[in-house]
Amino acid sequence: MARRNINWFKYTSPASFYPLAGKMIPWFAAATVLLLMAGLYIGFFVAPTDYKQGEAYRIIYIHVPSAWMAMFLYLLMAFYAGLGLAFNARLWSMMASAIAPTGALFTFISLWTGALWGKPMWGTWWVWDARLTSTLILFFLYLGFLSLQSVIEDARRADRAGALLALVGAVNVPIIYFSVQWWNTLHQGASIRLGDTPSIAPVMLAALLIMTAACWMYSITVTLMRVRCIILERESRAPWVAELLGETK
Amino acid sequence: MLTTLRWIIQRDMTLASRGRAGVLSTLFFFVIVVSLFPLGVGPELSVLRTIAPGVVSVAALLASMLSLDRMFAHDYLDGSLEQLMLVPQPLSIVVLGKIIAHWLLTGVPLVLIAPVLGVQFDLPPKALVTLVFALLLGTPVLSLVGAIGAALTLGLRGGGVLVSLLVLPLCVPVLIFTAGAVEASITGASAEPHLSLLGAVLVLALLFVPWTTAAALRISME
Repeated sequence: MARRNINWFKYTSPASFYPLAGKMIPWFAAATVLLLMAGLYIGFFVAPTDYKQGEAYRIIYIHVPSAWMAMFLYLLMAFYAGLGLAFNARLWSMMASAIAPTGALFTFISLWTGALWGKPMWGTWWVWDARLTSTLILFFLYLGFLSLQSVIEDARRADRAGALLALVGAVNVPIIYFSVQWWNTLHQGASIRLGDTPSIAPVMLAALLIMTAACWMYSITVTLMRVRCIILERESRAPWVAELLGETK
Repeated sequence: MLTTLRWIIQRDMTLASRGRAGVLSTLFFFVIVVSLFPLGVGPELSVLRTIAPGVVSVAALLASMLSLDRMFAHDYLDGSLEQLMLVPQPLSIVVLGKIIAHWLLTGVPLVLIAPVLGVQFDLPPKALVTLVFALLLGTPVLSLVGAIGAALTLGLRGGGVLVSLLVLPLCVPVLIFTAGAVEASITGASAEPHLSLLGAVLVLALLFVPWTTAAALRISME
């Protein structure tokens, strides 16, 4: 029965995950470049001009995927941080710390591109609309997580304190979202819903989905690169790191 | 368990009453911040009336942030927090006691002084009543959510600024509902939905926060 027992936990050890991540990075990086080129090409050259919004609408090919990633990466970060806290596993906490800067970056990009899009469409850089405001608060939550982790010197305490904060934040995100929603809303409703015919042209949808996949691949690539750095930094006293660095020198 | 709770509250109240400056300074901070707004915005009553709900709730938020370091930091510095953690009672009860004491010392004075400030902003009587109720429901949430931040940043350098960075975004719902309730009663609408939501947030926070803060204290103290 237990003859072919797969060791699911093999790659939760930083020592065995480090080379695996190294092997995966080129693949995800290649996928990022290919998807990004395809998505941008379709988005900028193939997709038709919007009849109402003109050419400026094309910013959604960056805006919408980054907004999705911003929200999703926060949940993913909280998930990894929670796993790290629950199982007391270093690698998962390291993954959470590695995801956070990328998530903050995407949140910033979505706010930035949203402002650029808002100027020609709404005639203003910024409105106190529900989605803009909740994205801004999401950005603050990322900043809180990053600064809490950077202030705590002891790595394990930083992991666990950050994990608790991320979880509290994740519980709060829906409450914040709805409270802001009731407070004020101007942003257009979502154009794409599951189980519903999308209200945008198929070419546009294709470009959007390809760009989303590209953002995914990019996030995975940089997260893996960053987690490799974190592993080396934290495990710098471990024999396998000394061996590895000795080999490459 | 209730004895522990009462004992912790009594202890913190006694400690605070021996050095009264701390409690009063939070109250004065609140009064001064609120009074500064007319100076900045101008004395027109119509403008003041519209910004009053927001100003009072933001000032309450800031005042309760300012006093957060008193919740655990003093006990941490003189070592009594470690002793409290050894008490053979659930740590969340001890934490709840400290949170209640913090609210009694900072939240309740704000609630009591708020109508006076509301009069400064020419709020109608009905809105003043709503303001008191909204703050009565909202300030405990501020103490509760703040406790998590205070526990996480315990003993860190620059913890005071950091705690605001962590806690302020989480307090947005309280701010919105408090200001919303008062605004609704100024315009003649019913403030009840906002107050119900505030109550719901309070119940949720009461349920989860003591337990989360206890976990945060264990992380910080090990």
